[in-house]
Amino acid sequence: MSTQLHPTQQVDPGAPAIEVRDLHKSFGDNHVLTGIDFHVDAGQVVCVIGPSGSGKSTLLRCVNRLEEPTAGQVLIEGIDITDPETELDAVRSRIGMVFQQFNLFSHMTVLRNLTIAQQRVKKRGRREAEEVARANLERVGLSEKVDAYPAHLSGGQQQRVAIARALSMNPDMMLFDEPTSALDPELVGDVLDVMKTLASEGMTMMVVTHEMGFAREVGDKLVFMADGVIVEEGDPRTVLGNPREARTQEFLSKVL
Amino acid sequence: MTRTQRQRAVRLALYALFVLLAVVFVLVADWEAISTSFFVPEGFTETWQDFVLIGARNTILYTVIAFAGGFVLALVLVLMKLAPVAPFRWVATAYIELFRGLPALVVILFMALGVPIAFDGWRPPGGTIGAGLVGLMLVAGAYMAETIRAGIEAVPKGQTEAARSLGMNGGWTMATVVMPQALRIVIPPLTNELVILIKDTSLLFVVGMAANERELTTLARDFMASGPSAGTATSLIFVSVLYLAITLPLTRVVAWLERRQRRSR
Repeated sequence: MSTQLHPTQQVDPGAPAIEVRDLHKSFGDNHVLTGIDFHVDAGQVVCVIGPSGSGKSTLLRCVNRLEEPTAGQVLIEGIDITDPETELDAVRSRIGMVFQQFNLFSHMTVLRNLTIAQQRVKKRGRREAEEVARANLERVGLSEKVDAYPAHLSGGQQQRVAIARALSMNPDMMLFDEPTSALDPELVGDVLDVMKTLASEGMTMMVVTHEMGFAREVGDKLVFMADGVIVEEGDPRTVLGNPREARTQEFLSKVL
Repeated sequence: MTRTQRQRAVRLALYALFVLLAVVFVLVADWEAISTSFFVPEGFTETWQDFVLIGARNTILYTVIAFAGGFVLALVLVLMKLAPVAPFRWVATAYIELFRGLPALVVILFMALGVPIAFDGWRPPGGTIGAGLVGLMLVAGAYMAETIRAGIEAVPKGQTEAARSLGMNGGWTMATVVMPQALRIVIPPLTNELVILIKDTSLLFVVGMAANERELTTLARDFMASGPSAGTATSLIFVSVLYLAITLPLTRVVAWLERRQRRSR
């Protein structure tokens, strides 16, 4: 897309896809993030784990500024999105996001869910948008649901449609906010399969999750957060199998 | 007494009370007077058409005008309440509080009689009835604005977040994602407000109107004052039936819409 992202800053192909510098976030007196430094390189799959309330979802939501950082910087492909001059909507259209609660537009068919932002934001024609939408529905295995409304789909199907909706914008990276946490156990597998395929195709992914198996199998890097800071990060097998920090060991002993 | 015996005794006592009240009512009511003052159909054979073709027609027409005007006004007020610039929000809040706090009758009188004094005889189009309608509109808009705002707040926040995360701007998100869902949510309460508005058109009675501008209540009042049924409540009975013929189906529709909405959740 040729839309200007920032009047002076340019996309830097050498920069990390996501770079977070000394990020702080408070809700009133509640300090949720207290100085996060973190990056995701292009093509990497980074999983973020941690107890609830550790700030991992808030961190993810700061990456596309759904949550306004209190202090610090977030750079997307080298462009500082905390700078008020940044064309936030244009940057967001390059970052796909998948939510815990799916958040499909409930008054629109599956097809319309996938085309509306393509037409409004990417200025694609209806025909082109529908072609892209159908291709992405096929990718997640739900071609036959084009005309269904979200309420008529299972949770797992809704989440796969939500992934297809994000992919229809041809994003450079994808953010996943506990994508399987709201699903019945038997529906988790289909969603994880779609995510694994995406990872194998080289998509840059930042995944907040409780799925340790996915993190171990697919992740290039694992980040463990607690109490608003990154406690430990590294190769998933090392962090999961041989954690250095006591806080990590304590958490993993409870969930594994 | 056992539990079931106690329950049975209470129920029996309630039935006895009901029968007693009914008997008292029948004995106390003056059936002679009721039959001569509540229903005197003579002369209505020629004029009943006026009730439908003038009265009911105008009641519906005034309702539609006040509802449509009030709805547009409400949308403007809601957008003002959501505006990023604070003075817009203040004005909208003040407006809503003011017009919800005043009796509709006062607003109608103010528009029909007060405003022409203040603005050197200027009136809204349509004479006094037009002025009265503007008053009704101003009040209806305030109530509908609150209803629509509640509908917008009932749309899950995740819907907005999903749209914004796809790069859609605030305006498009509001217009294509939030508003369509909010309006669907507020259809039952808005229909309720339509029913209230139908009844409130009777307040226009105070502004005075030409013969062919009369709505149901004014018409009934005129027939109580003159004609073959003068001095009886017959015309009130007649318009009551007509009001109910309009409002009851609508309240049934509201109930149906609410049931349907609960099911689809």
